[in-house]
Amino acid sequence: MNALAIIGEALVFIGTFFYFLSALGLIRMPDVYNRMQTSTKSATLGSLGVIVGVGLWAVGLGYSPAWIVQTIAVAVFILLTNPISAHALIRAAYRSGVPLWEGSVVDKYGEHIRAKERDNVESPETVPEEGGEE
Amino acid sequence: MIGLNVYLALIAIATLLSMYRVFKGPTTVDRLVAVDIMTTITTGLMVVFALYYGRMIYISVALVYALLAFGGVIAFARYLEGGL
Repeated sequence: MNALAIIGEALVFIGTFFYFLSALGLIRMPDVYNRMQTSTKSATLGSLGVIVGVGLWAVGLGYSPAWIVQTIAVAVFILLTNPISAHALIRAAYRSGVPLWEGSVVDKYGEHIRAKERDNVESPETVPEEGGEE
Repeated sequence: MIGLNVYLALIAIATLLSMYRVFKGPTTVDRLVAVDIMTTITTGLMVVFALYYGRMIYISVALVYALLAFGGVIAFARYLEGGL
């Protein structure tokens, strides 16, 4: 009983600390891309810690073992969907024209887009795929 | 159970800090990123409240909330991209 409760409480503490770090990165970083980078990673890790930790802690406190099953389901869902939503948001930010920070040194996605446009201009006989990625 | 109050306070501080970015953010995507982080933090908050009140049904509420937040963020991203 006590060992599970102690492990769960430690996981919950680590998770909430990572929540705090993600919010700190959200107000500290200079750019929307940097903000997304810092806050999404640490918020996902913090969610895993908090949710699995609550399941272990509840089982250690004497609740039903179904707690750990439900919390692991929520944790796996967040682990799968949080990077997808972050990726979609940041691609929308780039395509809607949000500028990079002036201290940024590399822009691989912009180079990729410009190279693709240049290929389409140099070889116009290849039909560009209109709306192929919709 | 006294430790849970400390963790709830940490989560509240994190939510307030991301609320600052929602009000301050210069672009729309900044506010959306902050709202995305707030929904992730709120999912963890609901799970912690499930232990605080000792009711397992609140974890199901957190699962449905995470699913709805994911759909909302994807819809907003498509809208900003011009595809909706």
